[in-house]
Amino acid sequence: MTAADLVPAEPAPWATFAARRAEGRIPFQHCWSCERAVFYPRVLCPHCGSVELEWRDSAGVGVVYSATYLPARDGGGRHVLLVDLDEGFRVMGSATDDAGAYAIGSRVRGAVDVGNPEAEPRFVFAEEGPR
Amino acid sequence: MTHALRGSAVIRGVAESELGEVGPHRFPLDLLGEAVAGALADAGIAKSEVDGLFTAVGGRMMSNLDVGEYLGIAPSFTDGTMIGGSSFVSHVHHAALALQAGACKVALIAYGSTQRTDQRRPGRLPYPPELPSYEAAARPVHPVTGYALAAARHMHEFGTTREQLAEVAVAARRWAQLNPKAFKRDPLTVEDVLSARVVATPFTTLDCCLVTDGGGAIVMTRADAYTDRGTAPVYVLGAGEAHSHRSISQMPDLTTTSARESGRRAFEMAGLRPADIDVLELYDAFTINPILFLEDLGFCAKGEGGAFVEGGRIAPGGALPVNTNGGGLSFCHPGMYGIFALIEAVRQLRGDAGERQVAGATTALAHGNGGQLSSQVTAILSSEL
Repeated sequence: MTAADLVPAEPAPWATFAARRAEGRIPFQHCWSCERAVFYPRVLCPHCGSVELEWRDSAGVGVVYSATYLPARDGGGRHVLLVDLDEGFRVMGSATDDAGAYAIGSRVRGAVDVGNPEAEPRFVFAEEGPR
Repeated sequence: MTHALRGSAVIRGVAESELGEVGPHRFPLDLLGEAVAGALADAGIAKSEVDGLFTAVGGRMMSNLDVGEYLGIAPSFTDGTMIGGSSFVSHVHHAALALQAGACKVALIAYGSTQRTDQRRPGRLPYPPELPSYEAAARPVHPVTGYALAAARHMHEFGTTREQLAEVAVAARRWAQLNPKAFKRDPLTVEDVLSARVVATPFTTLDCCLVTDGGGAIVMTRADAYTDRGTAPVYVLGAGEAHSHRSISQMPDLTTTSARESGRRAFEMAGLRPADIDVLELYDAFTINPILFLEDLGFCAKGEGGAFVEGGRIAPGGALPVNTNGGGLSFCHPGMYGIFALIEAVRQLRGDAGERQVAGATTALAHGNGGQLSSQVTAILSSEL
């Protein structure tokens, strides 16, 4: 193997991640070597070390792995969720409905909130209705 | 075969600085220096004999250079391993290795923080939060969010209850009531914990560690050197380290920490089992921590930690003494608590723990935690070889 073989397919993962997220996508990487999902995005696969990583977009559907609710001192509050997306990776996200329950184990559907130009776009999840 | 490191190094001196809230005219290195002076006096070793420096100070990128300069120590071996609150238990391991290899003869482990006072300093912020960029948009509040997510998952998987979490805080307070240096000593009930302000479900303010000032220091040598100095030495029988992630969304399983690996490594080196340990000092940044560590270190089965702490089992008079100084929840927590777990373990093994002394304690386990359940380091100490 020569050094040239190790040039990452994606040398600047944050920039590509941010650009794709700004378009409303939930980006992650697929490793062609071990066939696993990689998130957060990296220059090499944390599972097998390969640099052959391809960008993909999640459909945004998954299961709440854990959840905490942070009440504000002046009323209201917000959820912080860990969601296991069906493509095989976990993200931290917010909730569309701050009054909702977001029970661990429940199905949720996520999207990217790009509506606030002052804030970083965020992953927001809504409970899926009974299927 | 006995591990070559087992019992090869000893702790000869320990000390804390003034703790609690020290006032605006003092800085982290002042508290660190005060603790170092105390630990060297305790060890009967002069500062000029120190040739190994192990330190981590929050917000200082070059802690060892700051600390070496302040103390007037130019070490031949220096280690600035910074893995959050577990750093100092790691330093004990590294010091034992360095002493055995001959890289130094007197190892000094030191820490200082004015985290509480810093909150009140005009124009001076507490050290900047490190938000992993792929989590920041969800606005977690570090570090409580990560631990709350772990607690919520533990409750979901194993039926751990809110009351069981509260029992950890109550046990810590009961120990603190026996410790004159503890920051919080007023009576505390399970109901008090449950009815306090919710910070991040399932935690209220009383599930969360204190924010205090404080410094600590430890002096180590080889077991076969400096034998004429100080009080009775405490042997380092075993040590083990492990870390698995930095940000909570990267933790493989929120209900199992790498204390499983650090504990196994420490017990293997020591040649002991959990049943052999008389007293435990477990880094309790939040009430879920001791529950997770009791499970992962092998004191009860996975998922049974909540039931294990019920009925005052880890409180004074209970079957298993845990966090006998009052812990990070009630004794002191300046940001990186691990050194205080070690100091309390040493005091218990020397029989120096006053009203809170565990009768006849000869073995102790001190466990450090860093980041968001990220880094786990276990040390097993004994007054006997």
